Amino acid sequence: MRAARTNRRISAVLQYALLGIAAFLSVFPFIWMGISATNSTADIITGKLAIGSQFMANFASFFAKVDVPLIMWNSAKVTLLGTALTLLVSSVAGYGFEMFRSKFRDRIYAVVLLTLMVPFAALMIPLFMMMAKAHLINTHIAIILPMVAYPFIIFYFRQASKAFPSELRDAAKVDGLKEWQIFFYIYVPVMRSTYAAAFVIVFMLNWNNYLWPLIVLQSNDTKTITLVVSSLASAYYPDYGTVMIGTILATLPTLLVFFAMQRQFVQGMLGSVK
Amino acid sequence: MASARRGSLKRYYDVNGWLFVTPALILIAIFLFYPILRSLSLSVYSGRGMMMKFAGFGNIVRLWNDPVFWTALGNTVTFFVIQVPIMIMMALILAAVLNNPQLKLKGLFRTAIFLPCVSSLVAYSILFKSMFAVDGIVNRILETVGIIDAPINWLTDPFWAKVLIIIAITWRWTGYNMIFYLAALQNIDKSVYEAARIDGVPSWRRFLHLTIPMLKPVILFTTITSTIGTLQLFDEVYNLTEGKGGPANATLTLSLYIYNLTFRFMPNFGYAATVSYVIVLMVAILSFLQFYAARERK
Repeated sequence: MRAARTNRRISAVLQYALLGIAAFLSVFPFIWMGISATNSTADIITGKLAIGSQFMANFASFFAKVDVPLIMWNSAKVTLLGTALTLLVSSVAGYGFEMFRSKFRDRIYAVVLLTLMVPFAALMIPLFMMMAKAHLINTHIAIILPMVAYPFIIFYFRQASKAFPSELRDAAKVDGLKEWQIFFYIYVPVMRSTYAAAFVIVFMLNWNNYLWPLIVLQSNDTKTITLVVSSLASAYYPDYGTVMIGTILATLPTLLVFFAMQRQFVQGMLGSVK
Repeated sequence: MASARRGSLKRYYDVNGWLFVTPALILIAIFLFYPILRSLSLSVYSGRGMMMKFAGFGNIVRLWNDPVFWTALGNTVTFFVIQVPIMIMMALILAAVLNNPQLKLKGLFRTAIFLPCVSSLVAYSILFKSMFAVDGIVNRILETVGIIDAPINWLTDPFWAKVLIIIAITWRWTGYNMIFYLAALQNIDKSVYEAARIDGVPSWRRFLHLTIPMLKPVILFTTITSTIGTLQLFDEVYNLTEGKGGPANATLTLSLYIYNLTFRFMPNFGYAATVSYVIVLMVAILSFLQFYAARERK
């Protein structure tokens, strides 16, 4: 009896220790980012783990090197516009695939799912050539367009649409609403939390997008924050003090979005597994 | 009469259905189908920039004799063969522990462990680059604790650079995979666990004989998605190890090689497209294996 209780206690201690270590390792780089932003480059690369006094200097130096309002505006524009369009087009398609009984529907849907497996590396050269031909290099449209019909989000909305009560749709039809009215006035409000989770996913994808913008955005006035921070950090002797301000600016929006919508997001992730 | 009405109703659904899916289908055709086919047609051409000549199987011959390609392929395979099992195992264990109903502070632990996958790939790569500097915080801590005697050259030693990439991806994605397992575990009937617990089955055996078998489909799914993700590895290697692919190409991946062939060296779209089809082929084979395994289950 006592042995069992000791065993259980040891197991509890082990479990908390494991989670504690994992949680600490997960969070540590974020703490490191915060601490480093207050230190000089020399202190950062020698691993100083205490808050310093260089925050304002780093901050000023980053703003001197980078046109911060412009770059943040570029990122915000690409992200918000891209996210809005993706949610619109992909959720309409997801709803369409679930609600209608068109011929060939399943075959077309299977092909859409197949595109989930196409790696971006195989697309980027033709996409780049297309954009060059269309004179869209250095434009934000070129960043947004290829991501709008996002197969994973179509799949996600179709899965979620299965939970949309068909009685609602039938009642609306009796009341004389057209399909698009049913979609915008009934489906969208009812599926709020599905949209919230999809928003978090697509927002992060767009904000953190790197390879495609790296290829398309070559002029400094169109670049996004991830590109700018990356190029600052790729110098032979990067000025880490300055770079840390950039990594904070690059990370903060996704952190805020995540914390603001954490509950819906986790629920959405859980829903996608069923 | 009745059948005519049903016919028109059916057409009404058809038309509306098409209207709803058409915008997405057009975009997918332009930005996914066309490029993937264009890539295939490009792969039989060779040359600089837009000056391309038909090369037939020339690119495949070049591929076969290209040591840099084989290095990139080897690195890419090394990354997923070592990293994916480590990460899946860690994610499983963490999910199993977090699923314990008596556990306190569950939400806090879950959020903390999930936090890395909110960070941008570029930002965390830069953070890791500063943390793993020769005199950096990681070497410092390892020396203080007594795990190592001399600092490790994480960024400049070919072996340790690979290890660093593996550590970095594991940090970023373990929490992401863990969430899928947690979700699946919460759908499992708890009475099975209770019964096993009352019967005195120790927790490690419950994990081995209950948790893992019940999660098999999700494990398969996450293994495949993680492997495909590793096949496309770019942001981390580009930002952690000098853009070109690290010391002596030790961290060069296929995606980075394609990028270099297209935008860094003298551009050769045809050859780069050929290399990209190696990734397509690998993803196709892995996906086929997934479908095969899924069918087996039924």
